[in-house]
Order: sequence, then structure tokens, then C-alpha cells
Amino acid sequence: MAEHVTLVVNGQRREVDVEPRRLLVEVLREDFDLTGTHVACDTSQCGACTVHMDGQSVKSCTVLAVQADGATVTTIEGLAAGGELHPIQAAFWEKHGLQCGFCTPGMIMSAADLLARVPDPSDQQIRHAIHGNLCRCTGYHNIVAAIREAAVTMHTGSASDSGIVG
Amino acid sequence: MTSLAFDYRRPDSVDQALALLAEADPGTKVLAGGHSLLPIMKTRLAQPGRLIDIGHLGELRGVHRLGDGGLSIGALTTYSRLLANPAITVYGLLADVLPTIGDVQVRNRGTIGGAVAHVDPAADLPACLLALDAEVVVRSARGGRTIALTSFFEGAFNSVLLPDELITEIRLPAASGDYGSAYRAQEQPASGYALAGAAVVIGRSTGGGGRFDRAAIGITGVGECPYRASAVEQEFLSSGDPAAAAHATDGVLVASDIHADREYRTALIRVQVRRALEAAIERVG
Ligand SMILES: Cc1cc2nc3c(=O)[nH]c(=O)nc-3n(C[C@H](O)[C@H](O)[C@H](O)COP(=O)(O)OP(=O)(O)OC[C@H]3O[C@@H](n4cnc5c(N)ncnc54)[C@H](O)[C@@H]3O)c2cc1C
Ligand code: FES
Ligand code: FES
Repeated sequence: MAEHVTLVVNGQRREVDVEPRRLLVEVLREDFDLTGTHVACDTSQCGACTVHMDGQSVKSCTVLAVQADGATVTTIEGLAAGGELHPIQAAFWEKHGLQCGFCTPGMIMSAADLLARVPDPSDQQIRHAIHGNLCRCTGYHNIVAAIREAAVTMHTGSASDSGIVG
Repeated sequence: MTSLAFDYRRPDSVDQALALLAEADPGTKVLAGGHSLLPIMKTRLAQPGRLIDIGHLGELRGVHRLGDGGLSIGALTTYSRLLANPAITVYGLLADVLPTIGDVQVRNRGTIGGAVAHVDPAADLPACLLALDAEVVVRSARGGRTIALTSFFEGAFNSVLLPDELITEIRLPAASGDYGSAYRAQEQPASGYALAGAAVVIGRSTGGGGRFDRAAIGITGVGECPYRASAVEQEFLSSGDPAAAAHATDGVLVASDIHADREYRTALIRVQVRRALEAAIERVG
């Protein structure tokens, strides 16, 4: 039997009837057309599906949509305010923190979770925070550099020198 | 991947959850954080006909100091919430273990009650709770009982918990006297679970002449479920020497698989126990 689920997704109230076995990531992608959240492993290993649920990062392939009933969800689409890249997105661009880009939305959501808790993380803290996000391309070096750069930008409140905006 | 269809119930209170559990359909499963249950449902290793989702029950969340100085941890308390709670920092081994469990996202969902109820033979936290002499508080529509964790696990994915019972709380006794603890594990590199993990709590009464009079050692990844290494405990109490770790698998049928055969795993756990003992001794104070 379908369950009625109400969510606030990227600031917008959404309601949907879902079969209980459907995953949060399926509802985000298929029902709400928010395809920025990716699915890679579908077994809770890779972090490509990471979104924020009530302010905490979660792997949305391992959360049932019904478990998220009443929650506030932020996806990668919710980060860029007014069409302007979020400082973490800008830093990934600037520091070449992506290659194929498949892991990037999840990586950025994990970075956002970290920087909300630890505004000025060490490289070790950054690596610990993205332990649940796998990247098959970059070797992580530039991802770490991008998160470090984002921390500085977010601190000083100024955009990075590249002047890149959305 | 999609699990088989199931009937979904979300009780509004613990009492409602217990009433649902009392209907005692053998296909019923409690859903907490879902980070053990959902992966095995998606691969269809588990096919419960009904899920009772307790994830929203605020009354099962949080950490409280008990009258006797111990701690009560609500079953739904996540690893992340525990890690952020200053009350747990006195338990050095919890500060060791919590950041190593899974990853941030897993720690944001996985709960202490789920970790205890699931009885994964390689889970990290149960070994630590064993060494801390934890108690499991359970309730059912019939009443409640408190079970020492040392008599809770029965085998792989198996415990004395009855189908109509819900874990509501985990209790930790107060840390008293001079006290030191540590957790050391060799992780399986892909899964992060313990190939061999050792949790140590040692203590001596103040003015007891420097001898240790308490030693509790929990082991995971080695037997069919987490266990207390009582032979190490006894040997360490009489010798005070971390070499007691040689007894880590006395009386235990050591697991053997593609990641670590019996001989290697036996060697691994001895090393982990010795390291955990050494670290705990350093921390005594
Ligand atoms: C990617 C990944 C990596 C992981 N890495 C590690 C690791 O390194 N080390 C480690 O130890 N663990 C690891 N885990 C497991 C994780 O710790 C589990 O999430 C947690 O142990 C179970 O808690 P849960 O709330 O998610 O339980 P659930 O999955 O909701 O439930 C698990 C079982 O316990 C039962 N249950 C749950 N709560 C109760 C209750 N209150 N009363 C009665 N029964 C209950 C359920 O019915 C079910 O049978 C990992 C998990 C994932 C997905
Ligand atoms: S798709 Fe969810 S963790 Fe890989
Ligand atoms: S950029 Fe390709 S997987 Fe990370």
C-alpha cells in the first residue's frame, strides 16, 4: 500500500505517494526529477547518492523514502543560490576537483556537511570526512585541495581569485 | 536494487511499537537506522513481510546520566550523536572506536540499538560494550527486563532477544577508580569491519598498591559472535603483563575465511589485544 510522504526538498514542500520499499534516492530522481544525486554502487559503499537529511549527510540509496517523511532534504541542486555556484562548487572547478564528475555531487554534499561542522579542517579531517565517498578518477588529491580552498573562501566570505561565478 | 514488498508500520510511541510487536508475526522486523537491515533486504538476503519503523521515536534517543553515575544511552542514539556527546569521552575506547565505524553517512544513521540487536560477528561496537560491562534494557507488551550484554549474544546474527521485544536502552556502569580503556582493530580494508578487534577496559582501586583488579576484554571478528576473553582477563590480573594476549582465542573456534584464515586471524587478534592492553595501561588515570 502506498504511503503518503511529505518532504521539504531544497526549500520546497513536496508531497508524494510512495510504495514503502522505494528509496529516497529513487523518489528524488524519478518523482522529483532531481537527477543531480547519482546512484553508483546502490549498496551504501560509494557515497554518490549523498544528500542532507535534517542537516546531516546520508546515503539516500540506504534510506527509504518513508523514513524521510517530515524531513528537510538538501540535494546538490539546492546548493547554488540564485544561479551562483556555491563556494564548494566553485572550488571544485577552480582546483580541478573532478574528472568524470560522477562522484562530485556526493563529494560536494559530504564536503558541505564537514564545513558546516568544522569550518577550518586539516587535510586529515577532510580525508576522514570523505571516507564514505569513492572517486575512481582523481586520486582524491585535488578533491582535498578543493575542500581546503572552499573552507578558506567560506571563511573570508570572498570568492576565489579566479572570479568564477555560475 | 529493490527489496521485496513489505507492509510498513510507523508507530507514534514505544507502547504502540510494542503492541505491534506483540502481534508476533515471525516475518516482522524492527527498522531503526536501516544500515544493516536495508542492505540485506535490497540483496534479498532478508525478506521481512512487515517493518515496524521506530526511527521517529524521540523517546528512544539521547544520553542521560544515571543516579549511580552510569550512562543510559537510548537505543536510537546514532554513532554521530554519541561521538558528539562529551559524556562518552571518559570511555576512551568509545572515542577510539566511534570514528572508525563505517563513514560519516553511516554514523549519521546507524544506531547503538541496531548494532547490539544485529549481532554482526565483525561489528566493532559490541566488543566495546562487552568490555564496558554494558546492560541491554528491553521492553515488550509483557513487561521489561535488563540483560547483561555478556549473556545477550548467542551466535552470528542471533541473540536472546525475543521476537516481541524491543531494545530501548543500553546502560554503561560508571567509570570508577583509576581506569584505562582502548580499542584496537585490524580492519578488513574494503568493508571497514573488524578482521580482528579488541576492546580493553582495565582498572585498579585507588590505593590498591598499583595492581590491576579489573580487566574486561571484548573481542570481535574472531568468533561466531563478540565474546569476552576471560582467559586473558585472568592472566592479566595476575601478571599485569600485556603478554596475556596470547590467550585471546582460548576455547574459541576461530573463524576462517578468504580474508584471514584461522592461523592468521589468531595471530592478528593476539596482536590487537596486546596493543589494546598497552594503550589502556598508558591511559590509566
Ligand atoms: C557502508 C556501511 C559500512 C559499515 N561499516 C561498519 C563498520 O566498520 N563497523 C561496524 O561495526 N558496523 C558497520 N556498519 C554497520 C552499521 O554499524 C549498522 O548500521 C548498525 O550497526 C546497525 O544499526 P541500525 O540502526 O542501522 O540498525 P537496522 O539496520 O535498522 O537494524 C539492524 C537489526 O537490528 C534490529 N533492531 C534495530 N534496532 C532495534 C531495537 N531497538 N530493538 C530490537 N531490534 C532492533 C533490526 O530489526 C535488524 O534486525 C556499516 C554499515 C554500512 C551500511
Ligand atoms: S549509490 Fe548510495 S552509496 Fe553508492
Ligand atoms: S571524478 Fe570520476 S569518479 Fe570522481
